[in-house]
Amino acid sequence: MRIDRRSFLQLSALAGGGLALDLYRSPLAAAQRIGDPADLTPQAFIKIAPDGIVTIMARASETGQGMRNMLPMLIAEELDVDWKNVRVEQADLDEKKYGPQFSGGSANTPMGWEPMRRVGAAGRQLLITAAAQTWSVPAAECTTEAGHVLHKASGKSASYGELADKAAALPPPALNSVKLKDPKDYHIIGHSQAGVDTHAIVTGKPLFGIDVTLPGMLYAAIEKAPVFAGKVKTANLDQIKTLPGVRHVLVIDGTIAPAAFTPWEPGMEPGIAIVADTWWQVQKARKQLKVEWDLGPATGQSSEGFEKRAAELLQAPPATTVRKYGDVDGALKSSAKVVEATYQYPFIAHATMEPQGCTAHWTDGKLEMWTTSTLPVDGRGLVASSLGIKESDIVTHMVRGGGSFGRRLQNDYAVEAAWIAKRIGVPVKLLWSREDDIAHDPFRPGGTVGLKAGLDAGGKVTAWRHHLITYGDEKHAASGGGIGADTYPSGFAPAYALYTSAQPLMLRCGALRAPGDNAYCWVAQSFLDEVAHAAGRDPLEFQLDLLSNKRAPWKSDGKDAVGDHEPTGAEALIPERFKGVLELVAEKSGWAKRAKEPGRGMGIAAWFCHLGYFAEVADVSVDANNKVTVHHVWAAGDVGSQIINPRAAESMGYGGVIDGLSELAQEITLAEGRGVQQSNYHNHPILRMKQVPPIDVYWRRTDYAPTGLGEPTLPPILPAVTNAIFAATGKRIRTIPLQKSGFSWA
Amino acid sequence: MPLKLTVNNVEKTVDVDPDTPLLWVLRDVLHYTGTKYGCGMGLCGACTVHLDGKPTRSCLTRAGAAEGKAITTIEGLSADGSHPVQVAWEALDVPQCGYCQAGQIMAAAALLANTPHPSDAEIDTAMSGNLCRCGTYPRIRQAIHEAAAAVSTTNK
Repeated sequence: MRIDRRSFLQLSALAGGGLALDLYRSPLAAAQRIGDPADLTPQAFIKIAPDGIVTIMARASETGQGMRNMLPMLIAEELDVDWKNVRVEQADLDEKKYGPQFSGGSANTPMGWEPMRRVGAAGRQLLITAAAQTWSVPAAECTTEAGHVLHKASGKSASYGELADKAAALPPPALNSVKLKDPKDYHIIGHSQAGVDTHAIVTGKPLFGIDVTLPGMLYAAIEKAPVFAGKVKTANLDQIKTLPGVRHVLVIDGTIAPAAFTPWEPGMEPGIAIVADTWWQVQKARKQLKVEWDLGPATGQSSEGFEKRAAELLQAPPATTVRKYGDVDGALKSSAKVVEATYQYPFIAHATMEPQGCTAHWTDGKLEMWTTSTLPVDGRGLVASSLGIKESDIVTHMVRGGGSFGRRLQNDYAVEAAWIAKRIGVPVKLLWSREDDIAHDPFRPGGTVGLKAGLDAGGKVTAWRHHLITYGDEKHAASGGGIGADTYPSGFAPAYALYTSAQPLMLRCGALRAPGDNAYCWVAQSFLDEVAHAAGRDPLEFQLDLLSNKRAPWKSDGKDAVGDHEPTGAEALIPERFKGVLELVAEKSGWAKRAKEPGRGMGIAAWFCHLGYFAEVADVSVDANNKVTVHHVWAAGDVGSQIINPRAAESMGYGGVIDGLSELAQEITLAEGRGVQQSNYHNHPILRMKQVPPIDVYWRRTDYAPTGLGEPTLPPILPAVTNAIFAATGKRIRTIPLQKSGFSWA
Repeated sequence: MPLKLTVNNVEKTVDVDPDTPLLWVLRDVLHYTGTKYGCGMGLCGACTVHLDGKPTRSCLTRAGAAEGKAITTIEGLSADGSHPVQVAWEALDVPQCGYCQAGQIMAAAALLANTPHPSDAEIDTAMSGNLCRCGTYPRIRQAIHEAAAAVSTTNK
């Protein structure tokens, strides 16, 4: 399937806004087409002052992945300036001018690598042309060096600052025509550059969404029903209006009709918005609220009910065949050994450190908003359609967000802030409480997977049968609960079937860092470890052997996925790269010579997603009370030929591992009539410093174009740890969080 | 009744309910927005400030209880980011999203004030009340050691 930016938009409209999600599985070539540089100009991105200070526009949103560095570094490298003379400025939303302005799917590196360098090179070309015209020399004889154009034959030299005005007035060259540097000449790419906001962060400057302050601004929060999309029947609104500082109390009817399939960005949740002089006054007023809710159809949902239904669906014939080749059932029957297991993983919340929020101002029929969205173009569209206004009447400022992990790809908070702003006509800052943020998160949906694998007498895989019980209706899977036909080990098992069945879910769901993969990797790599042990083989050797199998031919029929997971296609996973990271991490961790002693063990796992390959090994001990300590983690990654900002890349490696470790102890559960049972960091924990092991990150450089790091670092750590727990104890963890299998962190 | 608060050596008079958490007085009334809200329950440490030098969760501290005490926020840790902890944080480029870092820095500065050469175990104990969702912990640990070394070099 050919995917370009337009078809993404069409797809996202059809799928209810899954633009970034579709990209998660797109091949590199498609990612580069999206970033088609044809319409971009150096003038849009680069401003050069007479003193030589270069301002480069950062087009993508920033929530901690270093996008304000990475993309401008690509421009600066080819422009040929010193990084110390570069200032980075965040662009407002204007995709006509800047191209795609979202941060999701680890896509900024593959989308930006070619176009951003070409923008820089085109800027350099303009400066050379300006110098050549001034000196009446051939442009071909001019060279550049650290912010200067030189003409060696005449000894002439001019700074970019001197040439800037003339260059800016020249017609920009076609981006595809400009010459790019030989990578051996890079002095910015491949060299660690400190975060452009780091000084402001360590000195506490107002940078984040929550810090936006406007004159005359009021503060808001929204009380919502405990059950998804529950509506307000009656409330003591008149009393609340009299409380100190309270200026407005607004009932939101909402636009969500709960149904078996809850789409991406399902609409506005009902509730009561309270607007006051300070946020604390809002919170105090909320405590006085007495609301009678019409909880609606979602009230009957519970985690118990989900588990029960999943068990039934697992026994029933699958509803959908995502991919099937070979005679799977026949091969299983004739196998020397069959391994069978059921894996289960929970719903989890994003729990970004900065809760959701947005600041908006409605004046003279126009809206201005300051949003931390990582997909602001969707935010603007949703605000426009929700408020019945034109997109051209909205100005969108992109503000640094305190973490996203996929959360800020959805724009519910922006719609709410805009809705309130339009009602009250003064600037308003909406801020969700932590409790709001957990209870109304677009959760990573849970799932149950039934697996069967056959082994021949020699201990080789004969067949793999994979039945995912997800959520949705007959036609759709809940956001983040879809699966692609290429899900590993699809293609490598001699016979293979991937089936799905779904049960209804009336709950907002979405993409969580490495969506889908953060669960499917744990399932597949745990089961593979289990099958390797059943075969009496070393898990590493077993997987390398599986990866050496001849690939099953890929016959796409256009129905290669359920839900919002586009498959990458047969050619996307390159076995040599998958094997390469496994071999590297094995070497670095001393896998072959690992000690085997009771209570201590090492586990290995690898995954390919978002165009990146990671393999990870965890060294774990388990005490007599099943308390788990992770002593060391080794991670090996292959994201192509360049590590653009090495220290930041290493930090992303640490972050992915730590985030994945946190996920092993997290779960969101639902109780009938009471909704989400978790509320804050005590019952939806994230790892604390004392639990964090030393982590070593290694890179395997390959000749492929560079790809992103936000997601692929994460998935392998979950099975690496649970496989290590098996090595240490002989107990196989088939249900997470760990506590549901009788284990917990030390 | 107006409260008198001393924030970063400057006396401020604020007219708030004395049970308002110090965090919200700092952020929404006095506009010291460097101190962050994360959980409102003392679970995450994003709101850490110093009260008379002691690391304190401002989300659980009533503004009234801070009267008469020296309140130091990230904005007042140094005039220009020159506190050794800030310098080390910048040198190692600790932040990812950066949201929790003001709290981390305030906790680390308080640790070093009392324990100039903390061991890894002492760092873990002092810093485990501060959550980082991005996973900057390895960099934080490294930066605390670096700040400790820088201070001892300066003092020689």
